[in-house]
Amino acid sequence: MKVLVVDDETDVQILFEQRFRREIRAGELLFAFAHSGEKALAYLNEHPSEYVLILSDINMPGMSGLELLRLIKTSYPAPPPVVMMITAYGDSESYDQAMQLGADAFLTKPLDFTNLKEKLKSAL
Amino acid sequence: MEIASFLIVFFMVRYIRTSLQTAVRFPEWERILVIVQYAASGLLAADVFLDSSITKWLWHLMLLGMVGAAYLLKEFRPVRNVWLAVGPYILVSLFKDIARLIDSDFYESISTVVEIAEVFTLVWLIATWVSTQRQQKALEKERLKRLQEEEQSRIIAGQNVMLEQLVAERTAELTRQKEELEQTLTELKATQDQLIQREKMASLGELTAGIAHEIQNPLNFVNNFSEVSVELIEELKEERRREDRDIELEEELLTDLTQNLQKITHHGKRADSIVKGMLQHSRTSTPQREPTDLNNLADEYLRLAYHGLRASDKSFNATLIMDFDEHLSKVSVVPQDMGRVLLNLFTNAFYATEQKRKTGLAGYQPTVQVSTKRLSDEQIEIRVRDNGCGIPKTVLNKIYQPFFTTKPTGQGTGLGLSLSYDIVTKGHGGALTVETEEGEFTEFIIQLPT
Repeated sequence: MKVLVVDDETDVQILFEQRFRREIRAGELLFAFAHSGEKALAYLNEHPSEYVLILSDINMPGMSGLELLRLIKTSYPAPPPVVMMITAYGDSESYDQAMQLGADAFLTKPLDFTNLKEKLKSAL
Repeated sequence: MEIASFLIVFFMVRYIRTSLQTAVRFPEWERILVIVQYAASGLLAADVFLDSSITKWLWHLMLLGMVGAAYLLKEFRPVRNVWLAVGPYILVSLFKDIARLIDSDFYESISTVVEIAEVFTLVWLIATWVSTQRQQKALEKERLKRLQEEEQSRIIAGQNVMLEQLVAERTAELTRQKEELEQTLTELKATQDQLIQREKMASLGELTAGIAHEIQNPLNFVNNFSEVSVELIEELKEERRREDRDIELEEELLTDLTQNLQKITHHGKRADSIVKGMLQHSRTSTPQREPTDLNNLADEYLRLAYHGLRASDKSFNATLIMDFDEHLSKVSVVPQDMGRVLLNLFTNAFYATEQKRKTGLAGYQPTVQVSTKRLSDEQIEIRVRDNGCGIPKTVLNKIYQPFFTTKPTGQGTGLGLSLSYDIVTKGHGGALTVETEEGEFTEFIIQLPT
């Protein structure tokens, strides 16, 4: 399964690669990283229908995660993949908005990787 | 000649009484003088009815007594000169009567001369009296004048006292007013300090949410990298227990571990510097200038401002563009002061984009840009630009005035730009200028000497 992680923090890449090293080595999961909503969209356009799961931060400079979610759900040509939102602010407003826009899950930082792994497995 | 004698006595008594003011000053003499007057009147009556030669001698006696008293008595000293006027007449009339008594024939031979002499003495008496009277009048006039002058100088002295009192009162009032003004000034200064402190605290409030977010991120990394490192060590231990150890994997795990520890340090320091920046921001003591990386400072405060606003308004969003001159090199500034300036400019920039976004403009992408540039060996520049609502021309010359704000009451202190202006110009010898177009953009330009 291919997962696209969208976060403006670059160290997220190293973290994910280590957290999921076994899964990556076993070939169960394949990760790609984008550091902004705009880059994520561009990446998806370059690799259409490849990614089945998108993990996106909400609070990013420029295009926010919610905007990205809306664009994916409304204008992405291929069947919308699973989109999970992550935020540092666990407020109900963001949650409601994300759910309304069609998010499949809403996670809060700091990420619980055990929980995330289970969610990914169930999504598979 | 009895009438003449009577008149002389009468006027002499009157003269003495008025000029010595005996009624007030010498009551006993006053009594005697009144008696003398009555006696003179009585003597005159006796002259008319009795036709005796004794009265003649009584007149002489009375006149001599009067002149003698005037000449000898201490109390009568001021009228002593009366003898000068009356003396000749007394002498002549006395001589006449004595001569007539002793030898009437001889008297008859010189009577004409004596009569004439008597007339002369009378003329002399009247002339002396008139001149004395005149002198008296002149003296009286002089005395009145002096009295008037004295009165005037007394009035002036009184006025002086009054004026001095007035001056003292005025001075006291002025001193009181001055003290009141000084007190007010002190209070104003204290209030100003409080307001500046409040402005600092207000911007600290704006910062807090941003700081919380900014600290949370590195902390998450610290926690995550620590946890994952434990996992890596477990994996490494597992690997080492195996018969066919994969040295390559072990190396990879060790490299990752090193990297993770570096990441932990990196994010730990990141959180550390944010906390330090926050402490610096709220510090009140006189800060020191130090060589500062303005690119870092701008980056840090732009994030803080952005996340601070995001925390209070979830719907808020903006594109951040950072365009930093790598050759800026460090500039000697007071970091927390310059941080406040930047924070203020960023907050204003975000506010401006938010105002424009609220007008519902289609396809509007709020953008805030910060750029740095070295202009010359002695000067650098920081530009903060937003594509927000811009500043109307009508208020453009007021934006640096203390307490001027376009924000609704209670939302802005109106001190942000005023303080920023002071910090840049007075604090750092730089310049703060603005370029703007209403509805299009605003760009604040900080130029600093290096």
